[in-house]
Amino acid sequence: MSFPKLAEAFGENSIRVLAAALDREHAIELAGDLLVASGRVTPDYTTAMVEVLDTHGPYFVIAPGIALAHAKPSESVLATGLSLVTLAEPIVFGNEANDPVKLVFGLCAVDHDSHIQMLGELSTLLSNNESVNILLNAVDTEQIRSLF
Amino acid sequence: MKIIAVCGMGIGTSVLLKMNAEKVLTQLGIDATVEATDMKTARESRTAQVILTTPDLAPLLVGLPSEIITIDHFFDLEEITKKLSASLL
Repeated sequence: MSFPKLAEAFGENSIRVLAAALDREHAIELAGDLLVASGRVTPDYTTAMVEVLDTHGPYFVIAPGIALAHAKPSESVLATGLSLVTLAEPIVFGNEANDPVKLVFGLCAVDHDSHIQMLGELSTLLSNNESVNILLNAVDTEQIRSLF
Repeated sequence: MKIIAVCGMGIGTSVLLKMNAEKVLTQLGIDATVEATDMKTARESRTAQVILTTPDLAPLLVGLPSEIITIDHFFDLEEITKKLSASLL
């Protein structure tokens, strides 16, 4: 299966494998840093992503081991994009059903609807257990990119 | 029937929930529209029959005239099917 929208959404330097996170805030910052590194957001967006956790709690842990960290569309978003950090050691986010988290996706969108197809591809990818296992066990970013 | 999928921002989590809920509703043959929305808009909404959201956000939506269904695993169509059919069929 090919995912052209995902290939486009994950810019250069937007994926990091086996990173060490100290806690859930740090894990979100790592995903935000990758959105910054790939030129999709300014550092303010990363701050906003962490604030979402403070305001709304860890609701964005959407499946076992998988978080989709994001904030609102704002002027800190330069272009719609995704990032992914896989964690060397899983981190507890406080989401009873889906802890601990091993995959942290970062999402930024310029508006409310231009990224819908891309999320559709992400949903298809993450509904496939085999693909999720490849993400969980990846030792380099190429293994992850091969899924798109 | 109107269903709203609710998350904090209305751009990520709720959109994924909406997509998979729509798949399930089609399979179940239930005629419904699903809108993805943020928490603020959801709190002002009085027209949805059902609210789909996460267990973390559900307490913030109590008091609205809608039935609240919480989903743990957004990509588990079986869970979504089970919970939607228990409520809607």
